[in-house]
Formats: sequence, C-alpha cells, structure tokens
Amino acid sequence: MSKSFRPGVITANDLRNGEVVYFTAADHWSSDHTQAEWLADAAQAAQRLNRAQQDSHIVVDPYLAEAQRNAAGEPEPTHFREQFRTRGPSNYWHGKQAA
Amino acid sequence: MYSYQPFDKAFVRRRITQFREQIRRRLDGSLTEEEFKPFRLMNGLYMQLHAYMLRVAIPYGTFSPAQLRQMAYIADRWDKGYGHFTTRQNIQYNWPQLDNVADILEALADVDMHAIQTSGNCIRNVTADHFAGAAADEIEDPRPTAELIRQWSTDHPEFMFLPRKFKIALTGSPQDRAVTRAHDIGLQMQRDATGAPGYTVIVGGGLGRTPVIGQVIREFLPKAELLPYLEAILSVYNSIGRRDNLYKARIKITVQQVGLEAFRAQVEERFQRIRPHFSGVDQALLTELEAAFAPPEYQTADTSAFDQARQQDPIFNAWAGTNLHPHKHPDYAIVTVSLKAHGQTPGDINSHQMRVLADLAETCGHSDLRASHEQNLILPHVHKGDLPALHAALREHGLATANIGLISDIIACPGMDYCSLAMARSIPIAQQIAQRFDELEHQIGPLKVKISGCINACGHHHVGHIGILGMDRGGVESYQITLGGDHTEQATLGKRTGQGFSYEDILPAMERLIQAYLAQRSTADESFTDTYRRLGPAPFKTALYAHV
Repeated sequence: MSKSFRPGVITANDLRNGEVVYFTAADHWSSDHTQAEWLADAAQAAQRLNRAQQDSHIVVDPYLAEAQRNAAGEPEPTHFREQFRTRGPSNYWHGKQAA
Repeated sequence: MYSYQPFDKAFVRRRITQFREQIRRRLDGSLTEEEFKPFRLMNGLYMQLHAYMLRVAIPYGTFSPAQLRQMAYIADRWDKGYGHFTTRQNIQYNWPQLDNVADILEALADVDMHAIQTSGNCIRNVTADHFAGAAADEIEDPRPTAELIRQWSTDHPEFMFLPRKFKIALTGSPQDRAVTRAHDIGLQMQRDATGAPGYTVIVGGGLGRTPVIGQVIREFLPKAELLPYLEAILSVYNSIGRRDNLYKARIKITVQQVGLEAFRAQVEERFQRIRPHFSGVDQALLTELEAAFAPPEYQTADTSAFDQARQQDPIFNAWAGTNLHPHKHPDYAIVTVSLKAHGQTPGDINSHQMRVLADLAETCGHSDLRASHEQNLILPHVHKGDLPALHAALREHGLATANIGLISDIIACPGMDYCSLAMARSIPIAQQIAQRFDELEHQIGPLKVKISGCINACGHHHVGHIGILGMDRGGVESYQITLGGDHTEQATLGKRTGQGFSYEDILPAMERLIQAYLAQRSTADESFTDTYRRLGPAPFKTALYAHV
C-alpha cells in the first residue's frame, strides 16, 4: 500500500452475474456493502486484497474502495462512484435498490 | 436489406461455439480474467459498474422487424425488459449474466445478428446516415458500400490488433448526418465531373480526450478504389500508429504527429502497391449488394389525410414539424421515432415498444427500420397517407414525442449510472433538462445538447451546440459546458465556457444559458447556433458566470 492509503473495503463484481460484491471478514463475498470487512490498516488491507484476488473463479477485479464507518459501525463508501455501486443506476429502480 | 449468406451464418455460429467454450472455461476456473477479457471483448461483452453489458452490432443502423422482435425477446428473457440504443447505432443490454451470453448470441444469430467487433482494437461496427436510401438529398444509398466494408473488415487478419479501435462512418448525402468528420475514416459520397459517384475520404477525426476534426486525405476516390484505399490507410496506421501510449494510439494522433501530407504520401505509396491485388471481386460483390438494398415498391395512394391532419390536429402537426424528414419520393416521409420522451433515459426502449414498432414497420414502413447515432429509431419509408394512423399508434405507446432536433432530443452516454469508465452521471442530467424545457422547447427551436459522462466523449459533447462533460472534481460530480459545436458537414468543436458546475447547479446554468439565447436572438427564427455565431461566447459566458 502506498502512503496515500485510506481505510476501506474490498469490492469486486460477481463473475457469473456481474453484481457488485464485497469481501467479508469470513472470506465470503456479500452483495451487501454493510457486511464488508472494514480495513483500516494498510498492511492488513494489502494482505486481505491478496487473499481476495485468489477468488478469481468467483469475482472479477477486486480492489480496495475508500469507505468510512457509519454510526452503526458499518462501512459506507465515501466516493460517489462507490455509493452508486451500493445502490444501482439512478434512472431505473432495478439495481441493488430493488432488492 | 442484406441477408446473411451461408458463410456469414457459419462464421457467426463458429464464433459462438468458441465463445461458449471460453465462457465455460472461465466459469470453471480454467481461464483467468486476464486471459478471458480479450475473448469477451471480441464478442462485445463488457463488465460495467453494476453488471455485464452486451453490445450488439447493428451494421449501418439498419434492421428488420424480425430482428427488433428478437431484440425484445432477448430483453425479456435474459435482461430487464429493455434495450439501450447507442451513439454508434448499436444496442446494448445492461444486465446479462455471463452464463446466458452464449444463448443470447445464438438468439441473435437466429436473426442474422451478432456482437462481434463491437469492442477491441479492431475496425468497429461501420455506421452510416440513418436516412440512407430514403433521404431526398441523397446521391446514392451508402449502405451497399457500408456492407462491403463490414464484410471486408470482419475478422480481417491484418487489422484485428490495431494500435487502437477504429471507426468508419459513411454518408451518401451532402448533409452529413453520420458525423463523418469525427471518425477515424469518414466517407462522403460525391460525384465527379462526369457524374460518376465516388467518395471524399476524411481521415483522423475523432472526439475523446483529444478531439480532432478529420481532414480530407482524398478529395475524390472512385468507388472501385475504395477498399484498396481503405486498406492502404489502415495498413499505414497499423505500421506507424503508436502502441506505447493508449492515449496517443488513435489515427488522429498519428496524422497529427506525421502531418497530413506525409501521411497521405505513405497512404498513396501503399495504395499503388496493393491496388493491383484487388481483382474486381469486391466490385462484383458490391453490385450484388446494391441489389439487396433496392428501394421498396412505393405505393401510389391518396395523401390528403396527411394534409388534413396537419391542419386539424395540432398535436399531429407539432410532431410532423419535428419528426418528419423529406423523402426522395414526394408521397413519402422519413419518420423519426423519438426515444427521448421527457424524463426518460435517452436511447432506451422497452420490449413492448419494440414489438409495437416492429408491427408498425411491417404495416406501414415497408419493413425497414434504422437506429440513429442520435439514439432514436427511424421508419425510413412511410406513405404520407399512413402518417396520422402511425402517429396515433406511436402516441398510444409513448413513442410520439415531438422533439426531434429540439433541446430534449439529447444525446447522453450511459455515464456513471452504468459505465465503469464514467466520471459522472449523464442520464439524470438529460432527464432534468428535458423535463425543465418540455413546454418551452418548440419556442426555443433547433438545439443539440450532447452529454458525456467522461472525457471519452461517447455522448459527442464536443460537437453539441451545447456540450456537457461530466467530470470528477475532488470527489464531486462536476459538469463543464462547451458551446458552438457542430456535428454536421460544417463540423466544429465546441469551446469551453469556463469552470464546471455541480450536479445541483448544472440545470440552473442551462436555464440561464437558454434565457440568454432567447433574449439575444435577433428573431424567433434565429437558432441558438446562429445566435452564438453572430455574438460569440461573451453573452453566454456572462449568463453562466456573472452571478457566481
């Protein structure tokens, strides 16, 4: 990790259906970003990203996305791109927001 | 229109078989994503923000009712019930699942369609004037030539790994509706002194992060010399185009760096060498293709219903004023079916609407349909006597918005609602502008607004009368306005007005811009573009920024 590391979560797209997914502390992939493992330490984040990348038969292109914790302690992406990914498109109600 | 021959069918089916196996190997872990990605891109499959996206080719924007029904079937069975028409006359499905894609491609092949070369560093789907074969001002229908280019460029062994993607557009009319000057190669049909048709060849145009208006490399190229000349251009580009820098790899950069004269000299030298190897087979094929694109058998019938409706029905009259275009046959009209209903996503059409339009194309459109680069659909041959009934049917299904060429007829790329490359959203901006100016737009008059969600400029913002470019400024969506662009035969790049506007401020900025135009135009007939050209950017910049 570079000096510009910021806390975040590991996210990717599901290989089979393309859905946005998040890496959990239990080494699973969840479609719910609040279930993502919160990674506040650069070394730990690098190690976890390395682990996530081993799931290339499950997901596509995992990466670390900046996030902060909300009042409930759940991770919430900070950049608008990642916020959109937690919901789905704004023109139709048929992304994650439809679930 | 052209029907697939056995070799086309065999090629497409063989490719699907290959890709089905590649998908299987990706899903079982035999292929990594790095290994699989080139295969999926060769078959039009992208990974977008929320899902996969399948881009389906519609060569030169021409398709049949049967093909449109199949698009509807695919939308219902494997997607979310709609399709999105793009600025390259393609249709995109935003939600396919990887393990269904081969079946989707089989369904497309059933109606002579595919997704090959809609991605990758190859010659992409060739585009053409969406009024081809119907426009009153046309010299010749450019689609036989476009089909010839499609066949020549499909799986061309020399040009499957170009430095970068390569786009060719054609027009058979002096009025350029195909944006030929913003393509890697643009072809504009002309006649020589003897009246024989040929092409003005334009090279090195393109939008994206380095927008360039293409330059004429050959004032007049006889038809028979087209393929060897194209091959010469591609061959030189393939040899000297840069491969060390993604952003310097398009032919527009090659031409800029080498210089047009030096580039032309290399092309001409190459052309002289390869010309003898073209034995004339291509011209024999072109003759066959011209027969495939023969005009329909026009009807002779009463047109008085059209005239009466224009006089008696103001809603029909408004639609006729914006959505009809002169046809080469005086009793016919070209109908543009707007996919820009106010507040809807530009270019989207649901499966029910697809089926309605397919039926209407059969009953009153000589079974001919087109997709325009402006994200609308076209019925190119409608008898004027059928127009009132057609309009009523379209209206019943939300397809009769009377806004072609007006402020709500916006080109908008998918932006950050779908695209993984986007830096900001485009669609909601288009929706807001269309809704805001719904009741004012006929008073505003002709105005092309084009919105891109990133510098790649899929929304053609550089050539919009008003262009809007979405950016990420410090983690916030920001929208930069350009003014004075033109996508026609007088192609012009718009100029930036100044700093960008936030997502919340872009609509108020547009309101000030339009108010300034309405206040400054000399007459009600002076268009936005003419007013801008007369006054320059100053009054518009003042309107945009004086209050800031």
